Amino acid sequence: MKNDNKIKHHLSEDLLMRYTNGTLCEAFSLAVATHISMCDDCRAALESYEAVGGALLDVSDPEEMGDDSFESVMALIKNQPTQTTQISERVASDVPSALSDYIGGSLQDIKWRPIGLGVKQSLLKTSGNSTARLLYIPAGTAVPHHSHNGNELTLVLKGAFEDEVARFGPGDVELADEDLDHQPIAVEGEDCICLAVTDAPLKFQTFIHKLVQPFLKI
Amino acid sequence: MLKLFDDIENPYSQSGMSSVSVHEYAAGMGPRILEENKSHDWEELLLMISEAEDRVAFRHLFNHFAPRIKSFLMKAGADSTMAEECSQEAMATVWKKAKLFDPTRASASTWIFTIARNKRIDALRKIRRPEPDELTWPNEIEPAQEEALELKQQSEVLADAIQNLPEKQRQLVEKAFFKELSHSEIALETGLPLGTIKSRIRLALERLRHAMG
Repeated sequence: MKNDNKIKHHLSEDLLMRYTNGTLCEAFSLAVATHISMCDDCRAALESYEAVGGALLDVSDPEEMGDDSFESVMALIKNQPTQTTQISERVASDVPSALSDYIGGSLQDIKWRPIGLGVKQSLLKTSGNSTARLLYIPAGTAVPHHSHNGNELTLVLKGAFEDEVARFGPGDVELADEDLDHQPIAVEGEDCICLAVTDAPLKFQTFIHKLVQPFLKI
Repeated sequence: MLKLFDDIENPYSQSGMSSVSVHEYAAGMGPRILEENKSHDWEELLLMISEAEDRVAFRHLFNHFAPRIKSFLMKAGADSTMAEECSQEAMATVWKKAKLFDPTRASASTWIFTIARNKRIDALRKIRRPEPDELTWPNEIEPAQEEALELKQQSEVLADAIQNLPEKQRQLVEKAFFKELSHSEIALETGLPLGTIKSRIRLALERLRHAMG
């Protein structure tokens, strides 16, 4: 699954760096891994961040190890078999394996729940306080107007949406923080499926949505 | 520790590696000499582990990287005992996965960094880390040696460039990398405005990229 010729909206340096150093939560890591699988630019950026990590490790000040630590490592090695291959069979899917592991297959296998106006969602199980969900937005339909308490990352998997900022197609990432108050609309012609990750609940503008928000877990 | 080498005849006699010989160990000069010796070819050592389960090669890698992985984990918030344990486990993983190391894809220090990073996620955060799909490489092309050499040179240039960064930029890059802090959290910790942090990190990364040509 590659769309790198068309991808215009990429991951931020902060996200790439936190994914590289292992401090990003699972939900955002899922979005980052999925985007990188689709985007050669961000894969290259990730690899240079990892190279920076390696170089920093290489030149950092050492911390003294215990007296018998080398012997302990040799004992660890002796007690565990050598690992030669890591290849596991994957189910063919129309999404990167990072995501298909969570869906349990392809886009058609997603178990959707309607959340109104034709929009559907499917929550993905991730640890921590951030939430990852898939959104299904029928062509020409708007996701209710909302702002955010924290950060929201939306990655387009299929179709496209437009909001006050730009048009986002397959592989594109929109990063929104609490200052952005937007209304994404799926463009005509094709239904849009996105992976949306938030680190705080979305704030919907209308009374009705505020009322149902706790039940939708949005 | 010297007894480990009893069963090994000079492993470097055919490898052409000359930076440190086993005789220097025997002469009691010990690993401290190695510590300061920057001329090690870490990639070569990893291949020796992968191809021949070479323990001397592993000892050299261990002397350099284990104390630095420990330091990385302590900067990430582990106490000394836990960092020691995780560093040992990470080094055991280096041995066990040595066959998966591909010098055309990453330098040794980058590869070992990703192992230490994953250990940090397992041990300190206990979360799952979704990984990007592996790229599939065309089989017929084989410029492996040149690529590996280029990558190795680039990573040496990068390490030099990091050591030559202005102190403030280097500190910020280290904070951003090793601590569990986002740019805005670094702003809180250092008292610097977020804009300054971002531009210093960007500047540092640009210098590093520039250094890599």
